[in-house]
Amino acid sequence: MRTGAGRGGVGLLAYAIFYLGFLYVPVLFLPLFSFNDSVFITFPIAGFTTQWYRQMLEDSAMLRALANSLEVGAITAVLSTILGLLAAKALTRYRVPGGNALLAFTSLPLFIPDIVLGISILILLNTLGVPLSLITVIAGHSLICVPFAITVLMSRFDGFDKSLEEASLDLGENGWMTFWRVTYPLALPGIISSLLLTFIVSFDEFLIAYFLAGSDATLPIYIWGQLRFPYKLPAVLALGALILVASTILVVIAEWVRSHGMKDRHKMVGA
Amino acid sequence: MTTADTTIGGGLTARLAHFYRRSEGARGLVLLTPTMLIMLAALAAPLALLALYSFWTQDGYVLDKTPTLAQYATGIGRATYRELFYRSVEISAVVTLITVLLAYPMAYFVAFRAEKKFIWLILLTIPFWTSYLLRVFTWKLILGYNGVINSGLMSLGIIHQPLELLLYNPTAVVVTLAHAWAAFAILPIYVSLEKIDRSLLEAAADLGDGPIRRFFRITLPLSMPGVIGAAVLIFVPTTGDYITPSLVGGSGGVMIANVIEEQFDKVGNWPLGAALAIASIAAVGIVTLLFVAAMRAAAARIR
Amino acid sequence: MSDEDFIRIDRVTKRFGNVVAVDDANLSIRRGEFFSLLGPSGCGKTTLLRMIAGFEFPTQGELYVEGARITDTPPHLRPSNMVFQSYAIFPHLDVFDNIAYGLRRARLKKTELAARVNDALAMIKLEGFGARRVDELSGGQRQRVALARALVCRPKVLLLDEPLGALDKRLRESMQIELRQLQKSVGITFVFVTHDQEEALSMSDRIAVMSSGKILQVAAPRLLYEEPNCREVADFIGTINFFDGKVLAPDTVDAGPIGTVHAATADSPGGKTLVALRPEKIVLAADPVPGAIRGKVIATAYLGERSHYTVAIPGREEPIAVSGQNAEKIVAKGHSPGDTVYLSWADGAAVLLPCD
Repeated sequence: MRTGAGRGGVGLLAYAIFYLGFLYVPVLFLPLFSFNDSVFITFPIAGFTTQWYRQMLEDSAMLRALANSLEVGAITAVLSTILGLLAAKALTRYRVPGGNALLAFTSLPLFIPDIVLGISILILLNTLGVPLSLITVIAGHSLICVPFAITVLMSRFDGFDKSLEEASLDLGENGWMTFWRVTYPLALPGIISSLLLTFIVSFDEFLIAYFLAGSDATLPIYIWGQLRFPYKLPAVLALGALILVASTILVVIAEWVRSHGMKDRHKMVGA
Repeated sequence: MTTADTTIGGGLTARLAHFYRRSEGARGLVLLTPTMLIMLAALAAPLALLALYSFWTQDGYVLDKTPTLAQYATGIGRATYRELFYRSVEISAVVTLITVLLAYPMAYFVAFRAEKKFIWLILLTIPFWTSYLLRVFTWKLILGYNGVINSGLMSLGIIHQPLELLLYNPTAVVVTLAHAWAAFAILPIYVSLEKIDRSLLEAAADLGDGPIRRFFRITLPLSMPGVIGAAVLIFVPTTGDYITPSLVGGSGGVMIANVIEEQFDKVGNWPLGAALAIASIAAVGIVTLLFVAAMRAAAARIR
Repeated sequence: MSDEDFIRIDRVTKRFGNVVAVDDANLSIRRGEFFSLLGPSGCGKTTLLRMIAGFEFPTQGELYVEGARITDTPPHLRPSNMVFQSYAIFPHLDVFDNIAYGLRRARLKKTELAARVNDALAMIKLEGFGARRVDELSGGQRQRVALARALVCRPKVLLLDEPLGALDKRLRESMQIELRQLQKSVGITFVFVTHDQEEALSMSDRIAVMSSGKILQVAAPRLLYEEPNCREVADFIGTINFFDGKVLAPDTVDAGPIGTVHAATADSPGGKTLVALRPEKIVLAADPVPGAIRGKVIATAYLGERSHYTVAIPGREEPIAVSGQNAEKIVAKGHSPGDTVYLSWADGAAVLLPCD
């Protein structure tokens, strides 16, 4: 069905390029104005400067928020990936009674607005008298990250034959050793992309953290606070540009790992 | 279990171990337990408490726990709140429609025409890994009074006064959300298009369908799960979005999340906030179910 | 325990929810024999094999190997190894490490491990393939690696789940011979699952025919073919013609349009029985033969070494299948549709089966 050279093909290609423009142009204003030598975000560009980056790096509150976000993101990623691994293994490898209902339950956070999740956890913590902290943010973030981890890992588990694990048991390895010698190496691309995905989701999450963070700000909370002050704006743009670069690198790594894993899978199926 | 009981005469532990080894279901459930406990503690319990709160009353600093429907009467009865529900659902519905319509040809291009799918997919996802907050905020820079569009047009001499109608209205919210959620439409549609067996299209061509009829009779119906998935994935969170209406909505673009947030922050009326939250889940749920049912019915009519 | 009861399956039933996959199966497999479980897909043969391997546990009943009860033993502690239908070759390991997988646990000396793996590679005629990536192997080579990986562990029983199903016809036939020779040389008991009756007949010492979870008959290939014990077995193995019969005397049955048939029956006179006659037992002649039945050829199929004929006879709606060896060249002549032919068979060619 590849008729790329046809009239429709050219039209679609033009549309695709236009669409990419729609996605990228607004986002690229962040790095563009982060080098602009003016507090005002206006055309024409006033001149080139790196002062906003310097200003940003000297901002200790920003650095603290960044450290908090990295910590929350890393712990959330590990926690939700472990939970996702257990659930994905159970749901793909065993005939669990009511498995579909349990799977639907775990994906419920995707279908409830974040604000509702945020305030309901806040109410529970408040009722139990649990003080707000980064730990409560991690709990909230794990809740929304588990469905992502389960989805990524389930598709990875579905991608390789259950009989590979059976073969290992058959050849004399017990359950744990089978996990380490067969399941873990084969699921590794899925585990890595789950860690990256959940890290990025947590790192970027604002609303739930806003309700649950208490006095420790995460990076999005810090940015939210800065948006009110026009003179701080260029430094925020510099920060945004750096996040853009860092997450681009992460995404490329994640996609590379995932597609590399996919190739393995095709080989497995194809042979 | 009768054999288990007769064959193993040992104690309870031995019998349990025996049952555990033999039952796949039991082993699966044990693996699921940690995840389920977290989900119960962080999702089910808070939502139950939220529902409970919505039947209580805030009286100054005192929480009156007499069950009452007063919060719902206020939340749904008061015209301003009702107006907000309508507006939130309307804005999200428009955003969903626009985003899916714009994304479909893009996803189609990647699935059927693109030479290097991998590169296209990476290009399409990268913008969505930048901070959501900044992605929304960038539209404030673009549409603002001294923003990119106004200053650009003025420096070109096309206008002499900044346009005020760009920012702080529902349209600005719609444009911003349609941009911010694009990837969530492209990916599910792409996945469902990619799954379509190409020989089905060849079969349709062989049976006499031209390209357009092939699209409407084969490709579109088979990609419907992706379209429905994309629509739900966008509609649900955008209805409850807080950041976008706050940054670019102005007073005319306020949405339900903003009022809920106020009840928990400035106003301090948690029961009313809880009732509004429950009502918004219900509204989102009902609209979503109706939408999915309608789409399925429509897809079933294609022959 | 005797060699007769090397593996014993004692009243084993397996249910998945409401589905009964294996229904009250009893089976004894002898030491050192090539035993096949044969049946159509969904008959429960794979479930039975997986219960011997330990991947499924019986809902009821017991399993024994060499007299030791293994009903609850997890798979990694059982004395059997398996060749999977999909081969289950580990994609993250090379050929050497795949074969060495089960040996690594035994903490052998490096040199001994290598020696055993290399012996195994020699056995499957893949010397020098150790460092190959498994995705570079052909289907037949993967099958051999799976075989070597299981045999290198020196199991008491080798379980094979349709291991030749994915191979093309020619390769399958040569692997059938190789597998059979290998089994004789290593002397290990093989339990082989297949839905291909020819494969089962050509390879096995004994075959158990299964259908709908039940074991219908256990017998040596020749016996199974010539003396099936019920209509289902007769029908599943090869082609066969059935005739309704009425017992006239202990050795005489009236089979309607094909006349009287002589065969031993336990049924008392007056009872109903089923007369079964294989197509190749029927001789076709162009000219009248005493005692033969006259028929008309409706269709023919030329298969090279033999031909199939569909023949209508008076008094019977369903035509009869006849198969004849093409001992002479039949380029010019042969029975053609429309020809009148005469059907006859030797005494004792027919089998009497119980009515369902």
